[in-house]
This record gives sequence, structure tokens and C-alpha cells, in this order.
Amino acid sequence: MSKDQNSTRYLFVFRFAEDAPDPTPEQMQQMHQQWTDWMQGMRKKGQFVSGDPLEETTGKVLRGTRGSQVTDGPFAEAKEIMGGIIVVTAPSLEAAVELARDCPSLGGPFSVEVRQINPLNL
Amino acid sequence: MKPPPAAAPPAPVDVAQTVDHLFRREAGRLVAILTRHFGVAHLHLAEDVVQDALVRAMQTWPYTGVPQQPSAWLLQTAKNRALDHLRRTRVWQGKEAALAPLVEDGLQAALAVAPPQFEEEIRDSQLRMMFVCCHPGLPQEAQVALTLKTLCGFGEPEIAAAFLATPAAIAKRLTRAREYLREHGVTFELPPADRLAARADAVRQALYLLFNEGYKASHGDSLLRADLCAEAIRLGELLAAHPAGADPATHALLALMLCNAARLPARLDDAGSVLLLAAQDRARWDRAQIARALAHLAASAEGAAVTRFHLEAGIAVCHCLAPSWEATDWGQILELYDQLLALDGSPVVALNRAVAVAKVQGPAAGLCALDAIENGAALAQYHLYHAVAGQLWLDASDPARAAQCYRRALELAALPAERALLQQRLTQSGG
Repeated sequence: MSKDQNSTRYLFVFRFAEDAPDPTPEQMQQMHQQWTDWMQGMRKKGQFVSGDPLEETTGKVLRGTRGSQVTDGPFAEAKEIMGGIIVVTAPSLEAAVELARDCPSLGGPFSVEVRQINPLNL
Repeated sequence: MKPPPAAAPPAPVDVAQTVDHLFRREAGRLVAILTRHFGVAHLHLAEDVVQDALVRAMQTWPYTGVPQQPSAWLLQTAKNRALDHLRRTRVWQGKEAALAPLVEDGLQAALAVAPPQFEEEIRDSQLRMMFVCCHPGLPQEAQVALTLKTLCGFGEPEIAAAFLATPAAIAKRLTRAREYLREHGVTFELPPADRLAARADAVRQALYLLFNEGYKASHGDSLLRADLCAEAIRLGELLAAHPAGADPATHALLALMLCNAARLPARLDDAGSVLLLAAQDRARWDRAQIARALAHLAASAEGAAVTRFHLEAGIAVCHCLAPSWEATDWGQILELYDQLLALDGSPVVALNRAVAVAKVQGPAAGLCALDAIENGAALAQYHLYHAVAGQLWLDASDPARAAQCYRRALELAALPAERALLQQRLTQSGG
């Protein structure tokens, strides 16, 4: 398997504050448009690999042997909710960070975590 | 006979684009549909699940693209949220316990109905919602706030900006309004025949207030203000299209709103200063809107009643059809103001009438009409009163008196765009 310089994959994890004020429908439409434009832009440049929104308030966390402890997740106590993940390709972590800088929700109570996905064959 | 055209392939949907104000529009439609099924007492539940559905759309559509039928997607999502809510909270006690199956059955029925009928039901639901929001037991400002929230999909910050209030104050006003509706058992039915006329009148009054809130240039950003005007017109058209609201007075109100809205594009100059009617570039008036206004004016003439909307529409149409300020049919306008003053003796109407008097009979007569205004004391604090007086003194070739009036007007005017205009007039008067 050839290792393309540009094919390192990075995971973006989007988190937002649980207690952010309700956006108005008009603000939601603008935010929707900006996110769509951002993702479409990465798609068009071939940087977008995959991505999905996450159901925000339902989920389970397993701990212990065979999940002897199953909890409703960190949702109740966490200040931040994981809202979605995407995988992109970029030549370097710095380049991936530059891609993430354009994420439209930055500036509010929101964060993007950028992590390199380790390739199988190093 | 021509064969029917072959079914066209569906147009490709550009996932990156949604129609303007889609979220707002859908919020208004969905809250009305759901309230029909939940009942007015659960208006807040309808608003909450619609908010949730829109949030979900905002978060998932960028990944998946906008669905082919966004309305159906949002309704289904809101419905699921409502069912989740019922299951999760289990707080439904007593009377409310009966709601759970109702919600489910009602929503299933709503989803099962074929689309054309469904569209009709949506319009009917929105109309009923209009009567609920404009319930005469609510203060008028609460009626308008509730209309903007539930029917127009405006958020509390936007309503607050329109009314120069804080979002918290608007939220409180909305909460009180919902409480009133619940406590008084207001239902989601059209008013009975014997009360329909009076109730429709309250709806028209609220739309008129909503429109004027957007039309007056006194504060706020102009985009939001134009949206308020557009919403008042949209709801007015909804009212006019329904047997319960297709009254000549409704058509008159629409003619009035459309005529005034047609002039909005010409109301500010490039520097953002207010342009009075006399100075506006009439080529920038929206002719299509004026044409729609004329159609409604014709429909408003069916019937004997002459409302203030008829008279104000008549005046607005006179202005819209005039080739210039000077070539305006001032005789006709004065006649309409005379009738309006008989219906509504407010000082502001009398002030506008004085302008028409001056145009027909000369500035001296106009100044007499100003002096004769009853309750003139209320006008003494109104900058436009002094601005009109200033103009009339200028026309009467008395710049010293004019300057005095403009100085007083400047002391009272708050808006920079209006102050700039007054300052310019004061300079013209040599003051």
C-alpha cells in the first residue's frame, strides 16, 4: 500500500456547550448554511472522507468486564455535548488545524478537537 | 387535444441551498399544525418540539443534504420529539394523561392526509392560530409578540429588537400570554359566527400594528423592519384567502400595507438618511406591489362599510399613483383625511390632514389647521409636528419662524437619519 503524502486522515470532534441559549430559526438557518458551505468546500477539494452527526442526548458508556457498569454516559454531568464527527485528509496536523479553523461554530461555546488517525502501516 | 406532457424528471436539488427564511416559515407552519393536535393549552410543548426539530435539521442537514421534502422531515422529527417527550417525562397527570394517545393519533392522522388537503389544513391551522394569538383578552402588544413567535418563527431576541425591549421582557410577555390562553380555556377553533366580525377586527388591528412597527423608521435594523412588513402582508393575505377573514376591511388593510411597502425601497438615500415622500425617487417604488394593492383596493369596495383601512388605503393609493409630489391629487387626499379625522380624531391624523390642507388651500390655511388641532398639547412633544410647521412657514416665506420650528424639532428628534434631515432644513431656513 503506497503511502500518499496527502492521505493522512484526521478526526474532527465537534463539541458544544449544553446550556447555550436557544438559537432563533433565522440564526439556525444561517448556521446551517455556513456548515453546509464549509463541508461542501472540503468535499469539492477531496478533503472530506466521511462524517456523521451524533444523537446528542442518548447513548451509553460501558465500563468493567463485558460492560458490567453501563451508564447513560457523561451526558448528564458534562458541560459539553459531542455533536458530530468528521474524518478529513490533510498533509499535516497543521494543515488539518487550518481546515478546522474555518468551522463556522467557532467563536461561540464550541470546540473542535483535531486528532490524527494512525495509519495501519507505518 | 395536446397529449399530456411526459412527467419531467425531478429537478436536481442543490443541497447547499435552502429557500430564504425556510426555518422561520417552517417554524410557523409546524407550531400551528401541532397546536391543532395538542390543543392551545400545550402551545409551549408545540413550540419546544418544533425548536428541537429545527436544531436537529441544523445539525444533520449539513452532513446529509437538505431532504427532498424538508417540511415532511421536520414534521416527522417534531412528532418523534413529542412522543419522546411523552415517554421520557411521564409527568402527564390527570387531564394531561389523556393527551398522550391524542398526540399520537392526531399526528398520525395529520401525516396520513394527502398533500393537497394537507396544505389546506396547514393554512386553516395558521388562520386559527392567528385568531388565538389575537385573542381580545390579551394586550395588543402581547398579541403581536405571540403572532411573531408562533406564526412567523421569530425568536425572542428578534421580537425584542423590534419592540426595543429586552429578550427577558419579551419572554415574560409570551409566558403570560400562554398562561392567559390556558387559564381561559381558549380553543383552537374559529370564532362562532356572531363573534367572527369582532374577532377578525382584532386580528386586523394586530396585523396593522405589526406592519407599522416595521414601517416606522424610528429604530432598529432595516432588514428586520422589512421582514416585519413582509410578515404582516403574508398573514394578511392568508386572512384574505380564508372565508373567515375575506372581509372588505381585510382587503383594504392589504391595499394599505402593500402601497406603503412598495415605497420602502425609496425611503432611504444612499447615505441612509430618511427621504420624505416629496423627495423620493418614484422610479424605485415597487410597481408589482402597487398592482397587487390596487387589486385588493377593488376587492375592498364590495360592501357598504368604510373602515379606517379603506380611507388610509385610499390615501396611500393616491400617493402611489401620483407622478410627483406636486402632481398629487391633494383634493382627493384632503377629502379622505376629512373622513378619517371624523372616524379617528387623533392628533397625528389631524397633523397629516394639515399637510393636505396646505397643499389644497395654501400654507396659511395649513398653519391654521395645525393651530386648530385639538389635543395639540400631545403633539407639542412630537418632532414631526414642529417639522411640518417649519415646512409650512418656509412655504409661507417666513424663514425665521421656520427656523424656530426646526430648532424645536431637532430638540425632540432622536434618530440620526431624521436629525440630519432636520438640520438640513434648518440650514435652508437660514437658522
